[in-house]
Amino acid sequence: MGGNLLANYGEAVAMILFGIGFSNLLLQKNLIKKIIGLNIMDTATYLFLAEKGFIAGRMAPIVVDNITSVEAYINPVPSGLVLTGIVVSVSVTALMLSLTIRLYRRYHTLDMDEISAMMKKEEQ
Amino acid sequence: MVFVQNFPFFSILLSLGSGVLTSIMNKRVARLWNTFILVVITVLSAVLFVYMLRVGEPYTFMMGHFPAPWGNEIRAGVLEAGMALFFCLVMLFSLKGGQEHIDAEIEDTKVNLYYIMINLLLSSLLALIYTNDLFTAYVFVEINTISACGLIMITQSGRTIEAATRYMIMASLGSGLLLMGLCILYDITGHLLMSNIKDSIAYVYAQGTYNIPLIASIGMVVVGLAIKSALYPFHTWLPDAYGYSTASSAAILSSLVSKGYIFLLIKIFFRVVGFDIIVDSKIVNILFVFGLCGMIMGSVNAILENDIRRMIAFSSVAQIGYVYMGLGLGTTIGIVASIFHILSHASTKSLLFIAGVGLTDASGGSKRFDDLTGSGYRNPAAGVAFTIGACSMVGIPLFSGFISKVQFAEAAVQNSLAKMLPTLICLAVSTVLNAIYFMKTVIRLYTPISRRTKNTQAGEAAVVSLREHPLYNITLVCMVILNVILGCCSQPIVDWITSGLAMFG
Repeated sequence: MGGNLLANYGEAVAMILFGIGFSNLLLQKNLIKKIIGLNIMDTATYLFLAEKGFIAGRMAPIVVDNITSVEAYINPVPSGLVLTGIVVSVSVTALMLSLTIRLYRRYHTLDMDEISAMMKKEEQ
Repeated sequence: MVFVQNFPFFSILLSLGSGVLTSIMNKRVARLWNTFILVVITVLSAVLFVYMLRVGEPYTFMMGHFPAPWGNEIRAGVLEAGMALFFCLVMLFSLKGGQEHIDAEIEDTKVNLYYIMINLLLSSLLALIYTNDLFTAYVFVEINTISACGLIMITQSGRTIEAATRYMIMASLGSGLLLMGLCILYDITGHLLMSNIKDSIAYVYAQGTYNIPLIASIGMVVVGLAIKSALYPFHTWLPDAYGYSTASSAAILSSLVSKGYIFLLIKIFFRVVGFDIIVDSKIVNILFVFGLCGMIMGSVNAILENDIRRMIAFSSVAQIGYVYMGLGLGTTIGIVASIFHILSHASTKSLLFIAGVGLTDASGGSKRFDDLTGSGYRNPAAGVAFTIGACSMVGIPLFSGFISKVQFAEAAVQNSLAKMLPTLICLAVSTVLNAIYFMKTVIRLYTPISRRTKNTQAGEAAVVSLREHPLYNITLVCMVILNVILGCCSQPIVDWITSGLAMFG
């Protein structure tokens, strides 16, 4: 158990970061902090994928000097997944930020609880 | 390769491409084009469905030029084709029913943006139904979320923007968990295609070396999708999102968006993990408990609500609870009941939202129950449609809701005692609660207003004649017919679902 943890410290760090991001996104009241949490969470996933795709002592999967042996390169699939994931998380972040701007212009606060309270007051 | 087998790919690409095209159209052209594309995709799905029924065998469709373990794949069977057809139909009805409100509530320059969102949503739903690749599924889950968010906030009031923000926060939590779960699954199995993952998981599970990470990753995927489809404790964003967005959006969100995720979850159960392992891992029991909580709490919240749209929204929470309860039973017949309930809920809830908006219009735009008194007389078509929808939700025979409740009860009786009793008790309690709030509403709709109060509420007494909104009324009739078909001809539909599930394995 302990030995595995040391060998896979990258994955362990990724998981801890994922937890930090997740709880920030869930528990913070401030919208900007929530978005930061979202980004930490997503980035942790990419770290995890990159760690899993990397094999020590091998090269990036670009054929140079006609070395075509599979043994010479790392696994390219996780890198592809990371790229796709980054595109997704950028668009989600952009959408969240634009929503935040809209809310701020209307209610002049970034606190979700205050916004809810103001909305209840508006209704009455 | 038969030409028909290209249709899933065509449908996904058509809706994606038309989304791009719609951005340069004006309001009227966008509306016509969107209707045209929707009809085309519905026809394509119908042809594929008939073809699949005749062939009776699923097939995989290679996307791009790389064969199985590396490339991307689409897979279609009877269940997928039928679901696609059904989703297209419901979307068409919801859009046509809320057409006048889309035109009235959305700024003229933004109407084409609304149709872009509709197109993206449809393409992502179709992709979720057809895809055989987990990472593609993740990407389309995100597209689905973003377009659903667009549908909520298109009307631009403080309420909808706040609802959209809450929705995005919950959805991001869900997709974060989903992504992490998929990554761990990929690490354990080394594959992204569903069929390959299933083989590897069966092997790994038999070896018993990676059981904890395996169960953890499956749990993350399941919880992620449950959050996204608003299972009970994660439903906080739902009432605002359904209650204040435009009627079509609410209908589409409640009947399609959350159902797309549940369908993906069922696919993951059968095609990725294998149903035996899911049942063995006890994850279904957690879904079962939360499903039961949702059934009761959703209905209780709906009873306490004083706003018709929010009441229907809370009823959605209860119905999602039913679906998860069916998944949680851990038997194939339970899953069949859940899928039937997905169909019945989708057809009924869109009907309720669309009929509800007609009633609120006839009451001066107010959604409060006090103002709705007697609105069944002011807009007869909407009143009758709402009553039929309410009967279906409560579970009156003839309508679809009855059949799904019978299915759930049958599935429960065939289960062990520990699951049978809570299921039956919660079904009974939830049905009574459903009856309380729906019948309360129906009675209010048909309570005549006395002359004295009528005079004080000036401008409200205008009666909407049946000829006034032809498109709206025709849509209501179509939805009612769909509902009655589900309720009266249930046996072929149940057979279809059962055979489709058998093809999943």
